[in-house]
Amino acid sequence: MSFPWAKEYTPTNPVMKFFDEKLPLPRLVYDAVGAGYPVPRNLSYFWNFGVLAGFFLVVQIVTGVVLAMHYAANAQVAFATTEHIMRDVNWGWLMRYAHANGASFFFIVVYLHIFRGFFYSSYKAPREMIWLLGVVIFLLMMATAFMGYVLPWGQMSFWGAKVITGLFGAIPLVGEPIQIWLLGGFAPDNAALNRFFSLHFLLPFVIAAVVILHVWALHIPGSSNPTGVEVKQESDTLPFHPYYTAKDGFGLGVALLLFFAMVFFLPNALGHPDNYIEANPLSTPAHIVPEWYFWPFYAILRAFTVDFLFIPAKLLGVIAMFGSILIWFFLPWLDKSPVRSGHYRPLFRKFFWFGLIPAMIVLFICGGAPAEEPYVMLSQVATAYYFLHFLVILPIVSQIEKPEPLPYSITEAVLGEDKQAVLGENAKPAV
Amino acid sequence: MTKLLSVRLVAILVGLGFALIALYSFVVGAYAAITEEAAGHVPYEKPEDIAYSFDGPFGKWDIQQLQRGFKVYDEVCAACHSLKYVAFRDLEQIGYDEGQVKAFAASKQVPGIDPNTGEATTRPGLPTDYFPSPYPNNVAAAAANNNAIPPDLSLMTKARGDGTNYVASLLAGYAEPSAELLEEHPEAAPGPGLYHNPYFPNLNLAMAPPLTTAGQVTYDDGTEATVQQMSEDVAAFLTWTAEPTLVARKQTGWPVLIFLLFATVLAYMSKKQIWAAAKRKGD
Repeated sequence: MSFPWAKEYTPTNPVMKFFDEKLPLPRLVYDAVGAGYPVPRNLSYFWNFGVLAGFFLVVQIVTGVVLAMHYAANAQVAFATTEHIMRDVNWGWLMRYAHANGASFFFIVVYLHIFRGFFYSSYKAPREMIWLLGVVIFLLMMATAFMGYVLPWGQMSFWGAKVITGLFGAIPLVGEPIQIWLLGGFAPDNAALNRFFSLHFLLPFVIAAVVILHVWALHIPGSSNPTGVEVKQESDTLPFHPYYTAKDGFGLGVALLLFFAMVFFLPNALGHPDNYIEANPLSTPAHIVPEWYFWPFYAILRAFTVDFLFIPAKLLGVIAMFGSILIWFFLPWLDKSPVRSGHYRPLFRKFFWFGLIPAMIVLFICGGAPAEEPYVMLSQVATAYYFLHFLVILPIVSQIEKPEPLPYSITEAVLGEDKQAVLGENAKPAV
Repeated sequence: MTKLLSVRLVAILVGLGFALIALYSFVVGAYAAITEEAAGHVPYEKPEDIAYSFDGPFGKWDIQQLQRGFKVYDEVCAACHSLKYVAFRDLEQIGYDEGQVKAFAASKQVPGIDPNTGEATTRPGLPTDYFPSPYPNNVAAAAANNNAIPPDLSLMTKARGDGTNYVASLLAGYAEPSAELLEEHPEAAPGPGLYHNPYFPNLNLAMAPPLTTAGQVTYDDGTEATVQQMSEDVAAFLTWTAEPTLVARKQTGWPVLIFLLFATVLAYMSKKQIWAAAKRKGD
C-alpha cells in the first residue's frame, strides 16, 4: 500500500504510543487521510468531491437518525408525524430541511465526482475496483433516496412508489408476483411504508461500508490526477495532510455555504409541491415526477414508447433505465485507450463535450418535463446517443484516436520541467 | 486480447440495439406527431405576483395582516375547510395573548367524550386542541359539497406552486369566462355546480366564490376589507399555517451563513499559505 516515500507514523506522546501498539487506529487514519498518504500534487478542485460525498453521507445519517426518533412509519400518521417534526419538534424543521436538501447535495457532489471519473477515465487500470465499488455506492444511493422520498407519505411519495415498484411488474410472467411481494400488497400501503423505512435506515450503513472498501481500494494505487500520468517519484506527490486537508477544508466551506443557503432560504425549491398533500390512492397527480436527481434515468425509462418485436415498450424502458447505469460497470474494459486524461484525448474530448454532456442535459430536462412532445422525441434521440456513446463510440474512439503528447511526469506538468526527465534515459512521454 | 475484443464487440452490438430501438420509438412518435393533431391545453393564468412582508431573505411576518387573515379564515373559510395541523395554542405566535387564545378555543366545539356515559359528544376547546374540522368525516364533507371534499388548508400554500400568490389570486380571481375563451375552448364552460376561475388549472372549480363583497369581514384594525385585501390577508395567514417557522428559519440562516463565510475565508487563506511553497509555475 502506498509509495515507498510515504511518511511513517511515529507517535511521540506515550498515550498514542500505547494506543498504536495495541490497536493501530491512529496509524490507519494517518496513512489514510494524514501525512502518511502521498497524493499527486496537481489535483484540481474536481478531486474535492469524494471527500464532500463522504461528508454529506454523514450529514444524512446524523439528521436521519434524529428524524427517525420523531417519525412514525405508519400510513395513518406518517404525514402527520412529518408535520409534527416541522412544527413541534425543537429544530425539527432544520433537521428535515437539512435531510431533504442533504440528499440533493449528496447527489450533486456524487454526480460531479462521477463526471470527474468520466472525463479523466478514473475507471481505468489500476483503479477498476474503485470504479466498480463506486457504481455500487451509486446504485445503493438511488435505492435509499427513492425509499426515503416515500416516507413523508405525500402524494408524490405514494405515486412515485407506485410507479417505481410498477417497473418490476413489467418483467414477463413473474413481474406481477414480484411487485406484490415487494410492496406487501397490491398497492403501496402500510406494509410497503414499513419495509421502506426499515431499508431506508439500513442502507446508509451499507453505503458507509462500501465507502470504506472504495477508499481502501483507492489507497492501493493512490489517487489519479488531471494529467493521467501515474506517480513516478517523490516530487510528484505531496502528503495528504496538510496540503489536501487544507484544500478540502476550503472546498467543504464553499459546499456548506451553498447547502445552508438552500436549507435556510430555498428549502422547498428542489422538492415538489404535491408532496405537501397527504397520499391519496384515489387521486392521481397530473404529472408524476421523481426527485430531480432521477430525471435523466426517468427520461430514458419513458423514451421507449413503442413495442418492439413483441417486447412491450414498458419492459424496454425498464431494461434501458437499469442498463443505462449497469453499463458503467463495463467501462474499464470498453475504453482501452492507454491515455487516461481527457485533456490529452482530442477525439474523446469532442464526443464528451459535444455528445455526452448535451445528451445528459437533454435527458435531465426531459425527465422533469411532462410526457409530451417535444420532450419525448428529444429524450429518444438523447437516449440513443447515451447508449451509443458508452457502448459504441468509446470503444471505437479508444482504438482509432491519436492522443496528444503527455508530460513526462506530474512534476514536469506542475513545475514546467522535471530534472529527472532531462537527466533520465527515458525522456520520452510515458503513460 | 481476443477476449477483451469480444467484450467490446458485444458492447457495440448491445449499444447499437438500444440506440436503434430508441430511434424506432422516435420515428413512430414523430410520424404520429406529424399526422395527428395535438390536443391544445386550455390556458390558465399564472398567479399574480404580490409583495408580502415575509418575502425575501429578510422577510418578517406582518402580525396585523396575519390576524386579519385569521379572521377571514375563521369567519369564511372555516365553514367548509379544516386546519388540522394548527392548534389553538399556535395563535399565540401571531400576537394573541393567553387569555384571548383560551377564549377563542372555548368558543369552538371539539369532539369529546361524555365523562358520565362515555358517549361521543362535543366540548369547548382548550388551547392544546387542534382546529376542529367542520365535518365529522370525508363522507359528510363530500355529501355537503356536491361530492367535492374541501381540502385541509394547513399546508395549502406549500402544496401549490407559488402557493401564497396562487391562493390570493384564486380567491380574488373569480370571473365569468370570456367569449373568446369559450369560442376557442367550448369545453371550458363551467358545468353544473362549477365556477370559472382563470387561475385554477382546469379553469372550473367546485368552490363557490367565498369572498364576494367588500366588508364581508369587519377588520379590527380598520383596514378596508376589499375582496383583494381579504384574499391577500388570508393567503398570508395560510402561509403562516403552512410554515410557522418560516421567519425563524430565515433569521437563523443569516448568522449561519456569516459564520460559514468567515470560516471559508479562513480556510481559503490557510490553504493559500500551506500551498505557497508547492505552487505550480505561473500561478
